[in-house]
Amino acid sequence: MNDIIIKNITRIIIPFAQMYGIFIILNGHISPGGGFAGGAIIGTTLILYTLVFGREKGKKKFSHKMSEISESGGIMLFVIIGMIGMITAGAFLSNLSGGFPQGQLGEILSGGFIPILMIGIGIKVTSTMISLFNLLIDEEKL
Amino acid sequence: MKNVIANILFIVLFIILVIAIFEMPTSPSTNAPAYNDVVDYYVEEGADETNASNLIAGILADYRGFDTLGENIVLFTSVVAVGSVLRSTKYDKEVKDNE
Repeated sequence: MNDIIIKNITRIIIPFAQMYGIFIILNGHISPGGGFAGGAIIGTTLILYTLVFGREKGKKKFSHKMSEISESGGIMLFVIIGMIGMITAGAFLSNLSGGFPQGQLGEILSGGFIPILMIGIGIKVTSTMISLFNLLIDEEKL
Repeated sequence: MKNVIANILFIVLFIILVIAIFEMPTSPSTNAPAYNDVVDYYVEEGADETNASNLIAGILADYRGFDTLGENIVLFTSVVAVGSVLRSTKYDKEVKDNE
């Protein structure tokens, strides 16, 4: 898309939208939101970037290699956290009984492993959205 | 013949589903099957046991953590399925062009 208005507006909007997505992911355990909603917002900004600036520039921001790593990394983070609970408490994904720090209720560092799981889900949803979009747009070019 | 059997089966299933819809509770009541002890337990003990002030996140990530892992695996499977279909054709075309 070769339009100077769209390009400039996109440049201005994307940092704010991505910041908002990160905020939603990190505050998933104290306010409405969470990994799925925040990941969808960040994935949408990456799709917007690819639509406006073209696939070649979008490839530099989020390549196939990167999507492979984050795609499996989100699940691996989830499973490793579950395995830690398995070792310490004897049950898969055991939270506070598994020795994760409890924290102060309502603070950003609270709820044991819930923030870490939210980050994992956010990475997963982001990479799923952008990977599906990239796969489809690559097919169209041929 | 096959079509007739399939159509009859479809109509019977459709009637069963419509009857099931009319059997559902129309207004929120405490006698609904979905309202049981689990709801009270989550509301009363959720904040203490998970220490997350967003109760939904506590249920999704802590009580039903295994379910959320399954959702993640569904997303992963969707990407793998689309990639295996679309990327393989691209690879075949590249191989054909090089020959």
